Amino acid sequence: MIKNKNRTMKKWEPYLYILPVIIIVFIVYIYPIINIFRYSFMSIQGENEVFVGLENYRFIKSDYIFWKSLKNNGTLLLVVPIITILALVVTIFLYERVKGWKFYRSVVFLPFILPSVVIGIVFIYILEKNGILNTVLNQVGLGKLALDWLGNPKITIYTLMAVIIWRELGFGVVLILAAMLSLPEEINEAAKLDGANWFQEHVYVTIPQIKPVLSFFIIDEAISMLTGVFGYVYVLTGGGPGFETSVLELYIWKYAFAYKAYGVASAVAVILLLIISIIMIASMKSIKLEQKSATNFNY
Amino acid sequence: MRRKGFSQILLISICVVNLFPIYYIIISAFKSLNEYYKNLFGFPSKPTLANFIQVFNEGDFSIWFRNSVIVTILSVLVITLISSLAAFAISKMNFRGRNLLLRALITLMIIPPVVMIIPLFNLMVKIKLINNFSSVIIIYSGLQAPFSVYLLQSFFGSVDNEILSAASIDGCSTFQIYTKIILPLAKPALITQTIVNGLWVWNELMISLIFLQGNEIRTLMPGLTQFQGRFSVNQPVIMAGALMAILPIFILYLFGQKYFIKGFTTGAIK
Repeated sequence: MIKNKNRTMKKWEPYLYILPVIIIVFIVYIYPIINIFRYSFMSIQGENEVFVGLENYRFIKSDYIFWKSLKNNGTLLLVVPIITILALVVTIFLYERVKGWKFYRSVVFLPFILPSVVIGIVFIYILEKNGILNTVLNQVGLGKLALDWLGNPKITIYTLMAVIIWRELGFGVVLILAAMLSLPEEINEAAKLDGANWFQEHVYVTIPQIKPVLSFFIIDEAISMLTGVFGYVYVLTGGGPGFETSVLELYIWKYAFAYKAYGVASAVAVILLLIISIIMIASMKSIKLEQKSATNFNY
Repeated sequence: MRRKGFSQILLISICVVNLFPIYYIIISAFKSLNEYYKNLFGFPSKPTLANFIQVFNEGDFSIWFRNSVIVTILSVLVITLISSLAAFAISKMNFRGRNLLLRALITLMIIPPVVMIIPLFNLMVKIKLINNFSSVIIIYSGLQAPFSVYLLQSFFGSVDNEILSAASIDGCSTFQIYTKIILPLAKPALITQTIVNGLWVWNELMISLIFLQGNEIRTLMPGLTQFQGRFSVNQPVIMAGALMAILPIFILYLFGQKYFIKGFTTGAIK
């Protein structure tokens, strides 16, 4: 710590160092967040801003596309348990140092660093009606399974889920593996000596020790499914067919920048912000409760 | 032993599924359209560079590529500069509001860009920065600042205070401590932060779609989505474009994998 008493540093000096970040964070976060609430009560046309009360919220309430988008974000949350379990299984295998685990780790992580645009484009060619996947399925006599992955409204959202899992699994694996590799090995050894089988060893010994990272990953993925899927949806389906695969992000983008309905889009942005805040507060509470019960246990 | 066999089968199938799309991009990029239709899965029998020549000569791909390079480099420079200054103050100086600032930044990390884009768009219209690189550079820098400050301050914090005291007794000013001691010692953290932010800016779609709309000013990711529409019946050309877009990432990943992994795990492990 550099002491303030030190002749070389004035009392105001620290503030000089944080000033640029404060300014840019104010421009990019604080000013927009304050204004998004204001906009959500306005009708905005060019320079003209008219207060319309709850009009925008009333519009959303009766808008089928809004509810469809919200429902799709909800469906995408199914990704969270699937990807968590899959990531845990893969990570435990890597943690046990199967042959070639470092190579596997690199390959599993690879999709996560690729742009969603490129992933979307490639998967269009793989998944379109006469695409690569269906060509293969037809050739091996499984033509019945050759569905219209991106065009059939009933299955498109699940296709989207599969692509998201394909890309984000590696993030979970790398995250959880980093936590596991920092665990003391003696505890697992002791469990094995006490006769724990493979399943018991990991469910009762390994996983409880990495709980903080696991909850971070679960919360992070949940928030991603609500607010971080624009790229996939925009490229793979554009929200279509119709609005079947629209999500809230796409709704906000479309209403603001294609329909110029800034007020409506802002109201949806406010709702999205509130949903995330609720998740954050709830998860903070659960983490705190856990600590509390831990201390109670100690007494 | 059966479990070992199962784990290998599972991991190998994941590898196949993960690598196939990338394999498909690479082999298709070197095929003629004719061969692409006849030989979908195999290596190109007569590898050709014609697709790459077409990508760079026809249309605006090379402009978009150049734009992405400019935006990525400038954004990363701004983020690194402002974040390292703030991280230095937070980790090595005492001042009122220090903990509050750090906590506020951590909270902001969670808020997604889509919440801010509409007011930001109006702001950029007012100050006439739409279709100007400055708008996205400001927005990218602001969005990534909380993460970068957090990552750098946790690293700076581990620099021994006695070195800093010794330097200040020797007559180093605070700013000299930052440039001559902190920054050189923090090289791994700076590289990690640069890679994560550079990757994020390079791959970003929504913001650049909204703020850079002119063809001359467009970046690569929105460009690629247009490109796909225009050449949608000429897959090899699109794959050549896709390959060019991920080539810089591949090269970095090959040489600096540990920085990628470190960058994406730091926030959570702490």
